[in-house]
Amino acid sequence: MATASSLAPQTFEDAAAALAAAAEEGRTVRIAGAGTKLGWGAEVAADMELHTTRLDEVVAHDAGDLTATLQAGVPLELAQRTFADAGQMLALDPPLQGADGAPGPTIGGVVATADSGPLRHRYGAPRDLVVGVTVALSDGTIARAGGKVIKNVAGYDLAKLFSGAFGTLGLILSVNVRLHPLHQTSVTALGSASDPDVLTSAAVALSAAPLEFEALDVAWRGGRGGLLARCTGQEATRRARRAAALMAEAGLTETDVTDEDGPLWERQRAGQRSADRALVRVSAPTTALAAVIAAVHACEATLVGRAALGSTFVEVAPEVAGRLRERLPAGARSVLLDAPAALRTAEDPWRAEPGPGLELMRRLKQRFDPSGTCNPGLFVGGI
Amino acid sequence: MPTGSPALISRLQEICGREFVLTHRHELATYRSDGLLHYREVPVAAVLPGTAEQVRQVVRACFEAEVPWVARGSGTGLSGGALPVAEGVLIVLSRLRRILSVDLENGRVVVEPGVTNVSVTRAVSPTHFYPPDPSSQIVCSIGGNVAENSGGAHCFKYGFTTNYVVGLEVVLSDGTVATLSRDDPGYDLLGAFVGSEGTLGVATKIMLRVIPAPESVSTVLAFFADTSAAGDAVTAIVDAGIVPGAIEMMDRLSIEAAEQSTGAGYRLDAGAALIIELDGPREECLVGLERLTELCAQSGALDVRIAQSDAERDLIWRTRKAAFASMGRVAPAYYVQDGVIPRTRLSEVLRQIDTLAGDYDLRVANVFHAGDGNLHPLVCYDSSVEGEAARAEELAGLIIKACVDAGGSITGEHGVGVDKKAYMPSMFSESDLDAFQRLRCAFDPHALANPGKVMPTPRLCGEVPGPYRQHPLERAGVAERF
Repeated sequence: MATASSLAPQTFEDAAAALAAAAEEGRTVRIAGAGTKLGWGAEVAADMELHTTRLDEVVAHDAGDLTATLQAGVPLELAQRTFADAGQMLALDPPLQGADGAPGPTIGGVVATADSGPLRHRYGAPRDLVVGVTVALSDGTIARAGGKVIKNVAGYDLAKLFSGAFGTLGLILSVNVRLHPLHQTSVTALGSASDPDVLTSAAVALSAAPLEFEALDVAWRGGRGGLLARCTGQEATRRARRAAALMAEAGLTETDVTDEDGPLWERQRAGQRSADRALVRVSAPTTALAAVIAAVHACEATLVGRAALGSTFVEVAPEVAGRLRERLPAGARSVLLDAPAALRTAEDPWRAEPGPGLELMRRLKQRFDPSGTCNPGLFVGGI
Repeated sequence: MPTGSPALISRLQEICGREFVLTHRHELATYRSDGLLHYREVPVAAVLPGTAEQVRQVVRACFEAEVPWVARGSGTGLSGGALPVAEGVLIVLSRLRRILSVDLENGRVVVEPGVTNVSVTRAVSPTHFYPPDPSSQIVCSIGGNVAENSGGAHCFKYGFTTNYVVGLEVVLSDGTVATLSRDDPGYDLLGAFVGSEGTLGVATKIMLRVIPAPESVSTVLAFFADTSAAGDAVTAIVDAGIVPGAIEMMDRLSIEAAEQSTGAGYRLDAGAALIIELDGPREECLVGLERLTELCAQSGALDVRIAQSDAERDLIWRTRKAAFASMGRVAPAYYVQDGVIPRTRLSEVLRQIDTLAGDYDLRVANVFHAGDGNLHPLVCYDSSVEGEAARAEELAGLIIKACVDAGGSITGEHGVGVDKKAYMPSMFSESDLDAFQRLRCAFDPHALANPGKVMPTPRLCGEVPGPYRQHPLERAGVAERF
């Protein structure tokens, strides 16, 4: 990416002023955190870069209220260490690797890209955990929405609007998040199948089990798939055993229960990134899993994802990424995430359907960033 | 009536049928208020469309006539969100009450907006349930829940309406029908729409996520000498990492009122009661229950009772949910507030409320969602006493101010509506409100959908400024502008 200049403001005011100055001069801005997901979305040719990395203060951690306020540039991993000291967590576990030992993703970047990991099964996506937001708009406005408390319906929910907006409406300066207790014990039940239909019915059965899984994931690699159900809490082992029994009942083989489950989940999270191939995020109902696997199998791809949510990540050779998307079952949605630049230019990463929804999105962009300053062209429909 | 209304009325009659367009004052009387009866307004007409298509046509007819409209579900809202506008049309959605599909394998239910909250859970029982459960759940509609982002007793553990809406069909104020889905790439339009209090459009079809019903439910009723001790118990429970389905608190006055209604056997000598519900996998509930009763005892509980049957559990909850309605037994009228505070400030804010109540010589009952710090102070008054209503309103305002000053919110689940819009500037700056307005204008540039709600002062949408830029995808022919 050719950019003329790069800025890393230290205050909200400086960040807002930088955006406003750029808009005034007709220059466009590429917004970045740690830069771990700059390859997502369409290629952006911006006049300058704005990094949030110096907006890096953990402003507050109100352990008693299970809330915290983080500036956008705080690395998620660092925030998690702070929370863990109080026996708490921010229930967001996207892949954390930074490039060559550099700090991993910032909270601002995770929220702006709506990234998440296996914990999404129980706790939701960033939109469900961010209770308040402070943003800078391209006219220099600093605006807040939501609040610090978990329950609040005053005003419009701009926190959700900015979650997953990829910085195209403005810059997230800070977020208020809700936290959850961090469980010490974790036990995972697992089982496998080579028949996608069996795996799918097991996923449906486990999704309906009243066992309150912390995470319920699926994987498919080289003609074989598996289901993983993670239990936490005092009685995690008993519940995991029940989950394993349900898996066996649903036809899965090699069912097992393990409390050394860290590497299993690390592998699931790692499957959400691709360094040298292409990664496609797929949304389809749980019952359509077998049809998604059929497409994965035909394209010699691998899959990981959330079994009950119908949200999966497929790693595929770049040259067949387009074909994979065509082969997905009717009604499935796909977004191209990691991919070589050439592929992202040739292939619309978003494939948003034209219609009133997309028209509304264009109107939002025009209202919030009328000068088209922030991350131009990166998002759906060229927004 | 504004000019042109006779033409609009006959158009509405063509769309919905003559019997479903009400224009006489006595017919409209039912619809002049929602659950907040001290706000009243008579609309030009109330229409009761029978299909989503009729809703679209009604909205379009209003757009063409430049007449504002307000959507109304069951009319149980507590912020005046469904208060009609005098020169506008009220769109009553109570005839749209079909459950369109139930797909338990994928945990999805599609309903029309007039379907009641409780009938969603009924449609998916016994294996699944729909968690948001406002106290009015027997009558309140899902469409209203979507507009208000309704909560309820169980949202401490399970979240709010916005966490369960996965798709919507909405009619925008120009009559356009948009389908919003959580799976679609792009901005989170669902997140923006849910809780927008009917100002962005009207939902005509709602897809909800339902989840497995907990296999075990234990309901505990614990009594304490005062709200401070009960608050300590809540803190101890949350600090222990226990996440009950619900933690509700009632103070002495609300116990007294509710007990008179239901005769559930609540202790009248107690200063506070906690209703704690543990639900989930049975083995977790068993250990949790033991720990919970210990923690209550350590916090000085006078008495801890565990419901031994569904009937006992129902009675405990009926008494809690009757708290608002029962206040009539101890006071002729009351203002209900919906402030939220960080839970750790509970004792302090309750003391402030006590002091304020003393200063104003009024009684304030407290019944609230203690887990998430959502207070419902009921400021009791007698309007036959000169000046008491005005004093009560002033006190209610000070209570809200105390909540905001403690780092909380003016409303946790009732919405801003007309009732709390004057308090919005205590929480939000002019630039915050301006950002809200940008969202509203993107959806409804003509300000026809529920005008006069949420924002403290009326605002107009200006034209969108700024130069047109061609995007790379447009240049490449991959995407086009509309």
